[in-house]
Amino acid sequence: MVSDNVPQDVGRAPRSQQRQTVAPPQNLESLGARVLCTIDGKEVRVPVGTTILAAARELGIRIPTLCNHDDLCVAGVCRVCVVEVEGQRTLQAACAYPVTQPTKVWTHTRKVRQARRHIIDLLLADHYGECYACSRNNNCELQSLAKEYGVDFFRFGHPEKPRYEIDRSSHSVVRDMNKCVLCRRCIRTCIDLQEVGVLEAIHRGHDTKVATFLDKPLAQVVCINCGQCINRCPTGALRANDPTDDVWAAIDDPTKHVVMQTAPSPRAAIGECFGQPAGKAFTFELNTALRHCGFDKVFDTNFTADLTIIEEGTELIIRLYKALVQKDKSVALPQFTSCSPGWVKYIEHFYPQYLPNVSSAKSPQQMFGALIKTYYAKLQGIDPKNIVSVALMPCSAKKFECNRPEMCDSGYKDVDYGLTTRELGKMISEAGIDLPAMPKSDFDDVFGTATGSGVIFGATGGVMESALRCVIELVTGKKVENFYEHAEILPVRGFEGVRYVEIPITAVGPVPDLVKHLVPDWNWLKGATLKVGVCHGTANAKKVMEDIKAGGKFSECHFIEFMACPGGCLGGGGQPIPTTPAIRAARAKAIYSEDRAYTVRKSHENPVIQHIYKEFLTDGPCGHVSHKLLHTHYTARGKYIP
Amino acid sequence: MKAAHQGPLTFAKVQADTGLKTALNKTRAEVIAEISASGLKGRGGAGFPTGVKWNLAAAARADQKYVVCNADEGEPGTFKDRVILLEHADLVLAGMTIGGYAIGATKGILYLRGEYAYLRPHLEDALARRRQQGLLGPGITGTKGFQFDIEMRMGSGAYVCGEETALIESLEGHRGEPRNRPPFPVDTGFFRQPTIVNNVETLAWVTCILAKGAEWFKGFGTDKSAGLKLFSVSGDCARPGVYEFPLGITVTALLKEVGGEGAKAVQIGGASGHCVPASQFGRKIAFEDVSTGGSIIIFGPQRDMLAIAHNFLDFFVEESCGQCTPCRMGNVKLREGVELLEQGKCSMAYLRELCALGETMQLASKCGLGQSSPNAFLSIVSNFKDEIMGRTAAGSSVR
Ligand SMILES: Cc1cc2nc3c(=O)[nH]c(=O)nc-3n(C[C@H](O)[C@H](O)[C@H](O)COP(=O)(O)O)c2cc1C
Ligand code: SF4
Repeated sequence: MVSDNVPQDVGRAPRSQQRQTVAPPQNLESLGARVLCTIDGKEVRVPVGTTILAAARELGIRIPTLCNHDDLCVAGVCRVCVVEVEGQRTLQAACAYPVTQPTKVWTHTRKVRQARRHIIDLLLADHYGECYACSRNNNCELQSLAKEYGVDFFRFGHPEKPRYEIDRSSHSVVRDMNKCVLCRRCIRTCIDLQEVGVLEAIHRGHDTKVATFLDKPLAQVVCINCGQCINRCPTGALRANDPTDDVWAAIDDPTKHVVMQTAPSPRAAIGECFGQPAGKAFTFELNTALRHCGFDKVFDTNFTADLTIIEEGTELIIRLYKALVQKDKSVALPQFTSCSPGWVKYIEHFYPQYLPNVSSAKSPQQMFGALIKTYYAKLQGIDPKNIVSVALMPCSAKKFECNRPEMCDSGYKDVDYGLTTRELGKMISEAGIDLPAMPKSDFDDVFGTATGSGVIFGATGGVMESALRCVIELVTGKKVENFYEHAEILPVRGFEGVRYVEIPITAVGPVPDLVKHLVPDWNWLKGATLKVGVCHGTANAKKVMEDIKAGGKFSECHFIEFMACPGGCLGGGGQPIPTTPAIRAARAKAIYSEDRAYTVRKSHENPVIQHIYKEFLTDGPCGHVSHKLLHTHYTARGKYIP
Repeated sequence: MKAAHQGPLTFAKVQADTGLKTALNKTRAEVIAEISASGLKGRGGAGFPTGVKWNLAAAARADQKYVVCNADEGEPGTFKDRVILLEHADLVLAGMTIGGYAIGATKGILYLRGEYAYLRPHLEDALARRRQQGLLGPGITGTKGFQFDIEMRMGSGAYVCGEETALIESLEGHRGEPRNRPPFPVDTGFFRQPTIVNNVETLAWVTCILAKGAEWFKGFGTDKSAGLKLFSVSGDCARPGVYEFPLGITVTALLKEVGGEGAKAVQIGGASGHCVPASQFGRKIAFEDVSTGGSIIIFGPQRDMLAIAHNFLDFFVEESCGQCTPCRMGNVKLREGVELLEQGKCSMAYLRELCALGETMQLASKCGLGQSSPNAFLSIVSNFKDEIMGRTAAGSSVR
């Protein structure tokens, strides 16, 4: 049922920064489709067109790289990976040179060593700043190269003055072009991986600079805040807007009640900040560590992920009922998810005409923020103005989201600070804590333990799977396990960019209490086929949106999950650096295995959720109270910002 | 404008139509064989055999192929393409048409240097006239099934856009930056289709060769550098201008023709070429010795070689596309080195380091610009060491 409705893939990066596909030589047959590549005397047969870099990796030979990144098209601009190729007058970039005929390569001749050393020295001669005063100290690819090549003095000097002002205009991304080495990964990330296209090189020669349209501040262009560029920056030129000083100040202030909510993706990745391999979640160790740091309460964002499912699912049912039964033509379908703030900003800029399709339900982070300063404050008898609400997120766009002016429905800023995984890792280290060694402890009461549904929000397809678990049970009155083993709806899982799934509804049951006031019965859904879509990365979102515009099959969907980041939240712009497809896959595994460990794995079965609809959100999902606190609206921004 | 040359250029004696008609009466393979037999090598600077290039493009499998005429003429000290376009545009346009016929392309693009915008109306007229005469468009000169037309595009002043892949990027609407090669344009060029990029002069010679035969062309020049070549001569000489000489002419012979005797050095090949000192004036101007796209700049005895190096490096610092590290930063460092030399503050050890850096730039830069940008610096350092070392802060020599 999974299908890959991907229209022809045309990268938008200039071809100067791509390795082009090479037509195989005509005598290919005689070569047996594979060609011999001899590197430093070791032989390997590789498919025609394989780069020297890939061939070397197959042989276990290390060739240093800088502008190359496994997620991105090839640039061949830094020249760090140059090697000697027999028969070629000049050195060749291993990342870009395709092997199309038997090729002999040497990776560390005199010429190669001299060139690499010079290139690193030249990069350092244009790289302002000192390593020990940098957010990327010890996690910087330029620093590592300098070490690897034994740089012990600045052969060609070192800048003493900055050339550019730091752009701190964005809530999410800080750009310090003084540290930029012009590898252009950010450009390729933005235009090719994400198809947003905020960044481009301007000027020539030594004046070349990565810039926005008209070199405007980042806050004044169509940046969606996804932070994918940060994750791929080899140096400290790009970083997230870091509020940790303010968070520490709140912790130090005895009048403040500092509450932390943690999302599942950072928990599955924060171990990487402490030298752990990707793919191990530290959820409960983190609870202990946070209390050690001085946070007063620690909650699980999954609680409001469950709430999001109920609210968003109810909204979907209302839309479908209006459209299918009441024949209301004004209802916008398919409904789009709204929990990825990068995606929300993307659609606000690029497809504002489709904003009515976006669920009005807030993201889990913002729902929690609104509840903490209302429901929780009342319950605990704390003046909400003394509550400082912090969210640990895998995301840089969450920082922008919590600063949206409309996100103050509690009467206060619903969420005060969004912290990235990297920033919290730093706070924990600063507190002298070795996270992996921490004993485990549970989340604080009040919101209790969430369900597994919330956990899988972190992976692409997770929101859809949670929603389906819920909708299937509500509508059929039967356990999801009857339809999907272990309640795992595998068709919506995976890393394909775009997925389309059809779920036939063969039988319906009685309408449960939760939504009784909205629909009289489910008969109108009997025999229907629920059509859903899932996509991740805005390049794929664009494909889906263009398909909808053209009246393709996604326009017939009922519900589509959109995530701005490749891989979903686990690949978010606030996650530990580096990121690769393998690292993201490992994090996904951690998330799905955490889901399995939960006893309650469906949002509507969460007892605290049931309780909160009785006690607080008394007029039910999508009712008045929930509309005031848990729903929001969007701004049509368009592509041109005056 | 009149080219200053001794007698008319060969171009003036060739009928463009004769060349084109001869070509169209041959098979495609025969046309390419004729070009290959003539030994014609690219006149844009790199000297790649034109027949080989065309053969590769002809063999490439694609529905659409392109012929691009590189009229970006940006190399300091060259102006011969301008003269050709002004006085012999038909030879060039016919050459493009022959190229289209030979490789199986239906579209040609003439990429004109931004500063030559004033030539545009003249060239548009020539194109219109050729369309009217049935020399462009569908069914050229009655040949069934062969159609070809030419579109003109303007550059915007970047030197690097003369590099063929940067030129193609620019044509596609991107920033003019060289691509990774291989693959080459003959395989993956304009909009990923097989494309031949040829210099203005190369295309004009193609028409002449078809008109007069490969043997005629081979009668000039040397074994490895066949034929005639236009030279843009400037600098300290009595008669600067555009000249036609057979390849293989010695520097001394050339200087004599242009009234440049007594020169201290000659820069051959423009800013990216080599600086040949008087002691080496016996060398031949040919692909196998000192090669050039046509730029000859003569320096009289009064010239300061360090100032010359400085000037060329200013050019490269400005014109590097900024894409790759060796060229973007290397040229800045070489220029800083020249400034140190000017102030008498450059140690021998650092000068050696800079020469090694020059070698790195030649070897590791992404395109020909960075690969050739240290040439002038390196040849001046190795040939004029006495002149450039030991200066005082005031800029004069202590000797
Ligand atoms: C930096 C740079 C600038 C160049 N500028 C020109 C130019 O202005 N005109 C030109 O014909 N070739 C120029 N070339 C050479 C072209 O890349 C290409 O080799 C040439 O157009 C091929 O034509 P040909 O084989 O007929 O010479 C330049 C090369 C480089 C590296
Ligand atoms: S060598 Fe210079 S001009 Fe060529 S790609 Fe590199 S930076 Fe650009």
